[in-house]
Amino acid sequence: MREFIDGSTAIVRGALDSGCDFFAGYPITPASPILMAMMRELPPRGGVAIQAEDEIASIGMCIGAVMAGARALTATSGPGMSLYSENLGLAIMGEVPLVVVDVQRLGPATGGATTVAQGDVQFVRWGTSGGFPIIALAPSSIADCYRLTRRAFELAERFRCPVFLVSDKELNLTTNTIEAGEAGGVGTPTASAHAVPALAPVGGDDLVRFTGSTHDERGFLTKDPRKVERLNLHLAAKIEQHRDEIELVEADLVPQARTLVISYGVTAGGQREAVRAARRTGHAVSSLVIQSLWPVPERALASALHGIERVVVAELNQGQYLREIEKLAGSREVVGLQRIDGRLLTSDQVLEAIV
Amino acid sequence: MSPAPVTVTPLSTYRNDTPYPFCPGCGHGPILDRLNEALVALGRDPHEIVLVSDIGCSGLSDQYFDTHAFHGLHGRSLTYATGLKLARPSLTVIVIMGDGGTGIGGAHLLAAARRNLDLTVLVFNNFNFGMTGGQHSATTPAGALTSTTPGGHLERPLDLCATAVASGATYVCRATSFDADLGRRIGEAVAHPGFALLDIWEPCTAYFAPRNRLGKKATTELMASLGFERGLMHQSEAPEYGAVYRAAARGVSAATSVASTLIEPRFRSSLTRPFRLVLAGAAGGRVGTAAHMLCRAAILSDLFAAERRDYPVTVKTGYSLAEVVLSPAPIEDATVAAADALVVLSPEGRAQAAPYLSRLVSGARIFALAGIELTADERRVERLDPSAAPRKLPSDVIATTMVAAVALRLELAPLAALRAAAEGEGDPARMSAAIDAAERLASAP
Ligand SMILES: Cc1ncc(C[n+]2csc(CCOP(=O)(O)OP(=O)(O)O)c2C)c(N)n1
Ligand code: SF4
Ligand SMILES: [Mg+2]
Repeated sequence: MREFIDGSTAIVRGALDSGCDFFAGYPITPASPILMAMMRELPPRGGVAIQAEDEIASIGMCIGAVMAGARALTATSGPGMSLYSENLGLAIMGEVPLVVVDVQRLGPATGGATTVAQGDVQFVRWGTSGGFPIIALAPSSIADCYRLTRRAFELAERFRCPVFLVSDKELNLTTNTIEAGEAGGVGTPTASAHAVPALAPVGGDDLVRFTGSTHDERGFLTKDPRKVERLNLHLAAKIEQHRDEIELVEADLVPQARTLVISYGVTAGGQREAVRAARRTGHAVSSLVIQSLWPVPERALASALHGIERVVVAELNQGQYLREIEKLAGSREVVGLQRIDGRLLTSDQVLEAIV
Repeated sequence: MSPAPVTVTPLSTYRNDTPYPFCPGCGHGPILDRLNEALVALGRDPHEIVLVSDIGCSGLSDQYFDTHAFHGLHGRSLTYATGLKLARPSLTVIVIMGDGGTGIGGAHLLAAARRNLDLTVLVFNNFNFGMTGGQHSATTPAGALTSTTPGGHLERPLDLCATAVASGATYVCRATSFDADLGRRIGEAVAHPGFALLDIWEPCTAYFAPRNRLGKKATTELMASLGFERGLMHQSEAPEYGAVYRAAARGVSAATSVASTLIEPRFRSSLTRPFRLVLAGAAGGRVGTAAHMLCRAAILSDLFAAERRDYPVTVKTGYSLAEVVLSPAPIEDATVAAADALVVLSPEGRAQAAPYLSRLVSGARIFALAGIELTADERRVERLDPSAAPRKLPSDVIATTMVAAVALRLELAPLAALRAAAEGEGDPARMSAAIDAAERLASAP
């Protein structure tokens, strides 16, 4: 049994199967199908979906709802991500578990509304003031859209922070064939997202004091340097100290390979076909698809780099993840394979760069 | 054993012991004292109350109450309040914001008033930004001196109450921090089952009041000179958004649109390698339907299929393009760099088809609706003329007819698979007629 489905639908299913019961969003191509699906799906299930007056309100409503005990999702694209920025900081500071889908389109500004790009990779990492770490996952297939949405909810609740699902126009809107069950939709999902204790909600038995200001353990504003430092170290350490747990890659390594090709998101499709084609003609090439973009999966990268002399980093921007790889690659040759004309890197282009 | 009876003792105060941090004479403290009185009079469980504070000196307010507290970003308190109330309707949600926050978050005020969600907004209106040093705000009167209007303010003040009324708020009242009945008014606003706004005028003793000599008496006089009404300006009954939302949700069909539509392969295709097609047609010409039909027919024939769409931002005009990949193995690369077949369905698709014409694989097939001129060698173009059918085909199935005919000529999927797939795409009778026509077209010379 097979299914013909797009990434957007897989993300919506992943959210619903994770117990998501609140969605607020503002229409924007190519993220609107998620908003429209949630508007249909949540109310009959007893949840709430709302089209807000703007993106600032979308994420604000989600943060409020989460603090009242809901499990929330929002979805947008580049221009909306810009408007999310300040509230993303609030979610970091207030330790709000929230899943944010960025369906990337070509930027800057309005850019290409119906055109693909992977230009927000550094933006999601550094998109709010203060420079604190966040978690970002990048689905590389339709099955990933489902699986990583579920993982995003688990991570958001475990680490109580915003988790980005960094997708793109082609992944969300291209329909493809998968085997039944690869993107949920069959049977009752296991409630793995509930494995961690929920936060104490506003309206619950404990009085909750939520604040976006620097605060002490009881939620009162403070300037006491010891308490300020403790809070800030905690916000970073809870993610940094669990990098191994967050790390997620698809490693397809061959011991004799001297070349390693790395990509993420929709670009991984062309990469997988190119690697297969290269091996058919006798070229030993290793392949790494990065599914947890942030924090950078350093452990997986270190083992993938073992024995490698040349690294090719394929992406639809001007080398945003290339610079992360360069930091870890030592003296190896690292080359970027990039496209920013609104088109995908094809398997032929990747093949040419790796053989 | 029956549970022990619970006795509810109303709280004598909702304040904690921390003293206010405000400047001497600042209006914020007295307003908060009146809020406390109102809460005591209402006697609600503090676990059911959340104070949502904005930013500014007024934004510090939530820290002095033993209720739930939510201190968010400048101007955005209404958005958090909306999320809190929608997710937990039993909460009493009280928003405290300054005139500064009300100004920067103006869009939220309009939207929240229009929704009539059961929220209470207390605007601590001191005509300037207290916290940042006395700059002008949306409510600063014309001519007033502030740290950013040293020669007197040039803009006219926003009438918050009139704005709220015009936007649909169902309780709107203007008061001052000096009013003896302020506590009662706050209680009334909180008890009101809908969106309530109380515009409370008060002195900022650090900046606005001394600069503009705005004491108790002058505050009242200012209201009169601006022609702004005082007291309860509007109270009405209207459906409360949360209640309306939940009632509407009960009436919505529970049929999900994201459930799996599983396809069981039961036919065979002769395809043994990936095959890439481009379908170029007109917006509104059902190119998507045709592509979807072809993909489902292929999956029914034990192939894998992927469909990538491209169209201009305005969807009912111009071109509509679909790239379709069919393959015996799962498809990772759904792009069509070089096409195995190009199908031009209408004149609008011609320009989009042109780049593909220049990079076809060798031996690629080109199909076009009769009468469309292409820059290709005419001998290579296979013309399809659905109008030659004995009965005129409805225009909305022309694309499906042509694509099905191409699929048959290229032996991508058997007729039975195309018929089964087409019948799932629309009115079965019309779709069946389309497949009949495709069968004739496929065998036409
Ligand atoms: C986005 C943003 N811009 C600017 C500020 C700086 N800021 C802090 S308080 C404030 C004005 C507050 O004025 P008001 O809401 O009237 O409160 P008051 O201090 O008068 O009680 C501003 C502009 C901020 N916190 N956030
Ligand atoms: S600066 Fe103005 S608003 Fe702030 S506490 Fe002082 S008097 Fe009150
Ligand atoms: Mg003010």
